[in-house]
Amino acid sequence: MKVEVENKMKFNAVQKQSLSSSVKQERAQQWVAGIILTIGGLLVSIPFIWMILSAFKPESEVMQLTPTLLPQDFTLENFQNLFVNMNFALYLKNTLIIVLWSFVGLFLNAMAGYAFAKFEFKGRNKLFFLVLATMMIPGQVTMIPVYLILNQMQLTNTMAGIVLPGLVGAFGIFLFRQFMTTIPDELLEAARLDGASELRVFWQIVLPMAKPVMAVQGILTFIAGWNSFLWPLIIANDESLYTLSVGLQLLKGQYGGNFALQMAGSTFMVVPIIIIFILFQRYIIDGYTISGMK
Amino acid sequence: MKSFMANKTPYFFIAPALILLTVFSILPIFVALIISFTDLDLVGIADWSSISFVGFENYKEVVSDPIFLKSIFNTLFYVVIGVPLVIVCSLGIALLINFGKARIFKAFRVVFYMPSITNVVAVAVVWSYLYNPQLGLFNHLLELLNLPSVPWLQDPTMAKISLIALALWRAIGLNMIIFLAALQGIPKTYYEAAQLDGANNWQQMFKITIPLLRYAIFFVSITTMIGWLQFFEEPFVMTNGGPLDSTTSVALFIYRNGFQFSNFGYAAAGSFILFIAIIIITMIQFKLQKKGQDY
Repeated sequence: MKVEVENKMKFNAVQKQSLSSSVKQERAQQWVAGIILTIGGLLVSIPFIWMILSAFKPESEVMQLTPTLLPQDFTLENFQNLFVNMNFALYLKNTLIIVLWSFVGLFLNAMAGYAFAKFEFKGRNKLFFLVLATMMIPGQVTMIPVYLILNQMQLTNTMAGIVLPGLVGAFGIFLFRQFMTTIPDELLEAARLDGASELRVFWQIVLPMAKPVMAVQGILTFIAGWNSFLWPLIIANDESLYTLSVGLQLLKGQYGGNFALQMAGSTFMVVPIIIIFILFQRYIIDGYTISGMK
Repeated sequence: MKSFMANKTPYFFIAPALILLTVFSILPIFVALIISFTDLDLVGIADWSSISFVGFENYKEVVSDPIFLKSIFNTLFYVVIGVPLVIVCSLGIALLINFGKARIFKAFRVVFYMPSITNVVAVAVVWSYLYNPQLGLFNHLLELLNLPSVPWLQDPTMAKISLIALALWRAIGLNMIIFLAALQGIPKTYYEAAQLDGANNWQQMFKITIPLLRYAIFFVSITTMIGWLQFFEEPFVMTNGGPLDSTTSVALFIYRNGFQFSNFGYAAAGSFILFIAIIIITMIQFKLQKKGQDY
């Protein structure tokens, strides 16, 4: 009896010791993981940090052979130059127009996704397969024929030509369809019995219910529209149609040596997106889990 | 009348999207196939009667074009170095973030995701500055450590590696998120059982986590591989293929022949070769994956 108790006590002590040592070990490992990620995170952030700091330096300071981390002589001159010497106000306007149009595309994706999710119609599966198949086609194959088609439609060097090729996308339609299949049919039927038109059912019931997927898609659409580069570059011959990224490419060519100005241009493009991303990051990052990308 | 309308409704809803997809995704495939057998150029666009059918001439010419061959070599270089790097880095970061218990670890998701949402031109402009031989930050840091400066974008091989570094930086975020979503899908009970059996962290990782992530790893490797085969924006904006075409990718070769030299037929032939290569490589990967599942 006594031996048993003694044994038990011993056992407990040993367990306690191993437990506390494993807790310590666990804590140490957590710290190591945190430190590795912090170093990695700093490395990843260097380009952003350097870009923003350099944007506020005068040109002479950027050209120094031994650069300082912080601007010695803080200036907003580079940003002013973007608008005075370059046409950044115009590029900004064009970029925002493209963003607005891409939201129209988002709406069209939602409409198509809704029909594929909630209607039975002839050829539905075949058409949906066709939509998905377009995801496999590499951009390089369609680039030249799309340009030729737009040229035939007299749409080169127009805003329509820039916007139309990327307006709808298979991936967006797919995500909307996946989400909208979960909307109960009874709800739609009830609205129809109340005499709501099909468009109204879509606008007032389906769209509000699709908010989570709308949020993800909306932010991603905004980012994609803001960053759009290749089609504006191919289609726009006139500077009046240039977007921010095309303008920045032009600036890189024209003011190749003026890194302060280039960094200001990049900051002007990147920082708004970073702010929007940080504000809405939860929707984007969790959105991948919603859309079932496991 | 009502049922007639009800029958039409879905078509009304899908029509705009389907018409756009047909005109700008499906129709172009056939147009590309046709023009790849012609000598279409700027003159041909203005006057269709001057276009002539040349059979497989474009294909024959393009496969013996030394720049095309060089661009194939470069693209393979990007794929072979880039794909494993993207998978290892994004998986490693995802595992570390998933391992962390403190709240701060969630913030790391944002930090590592950030590069992937930024504009490629802005990023290329910033990295060109960082890579600048005299004024760039990278060489300056090397100098502080008393190391010799590196010709980041001037040396043919180094330029490829520099572009891979930039693309890796941009690619980590999205793939990390995919791995994190997959990691969260692994039931906790597996780990509890393993801990009861006395398995340490490494054993848990290699016996439970990695095998269960096989599908996510496969998905990321396929999409990353396809992405690198079409590697375009980074070399286009940063180096424009230089020095001496050492960074020209197949996609950049196609773009240049199409839009800078206006050899539309020739470029279309090149793009079909790329398309077929992508299909074949993807199919091989699917085969390998199936084989891996068997044992």
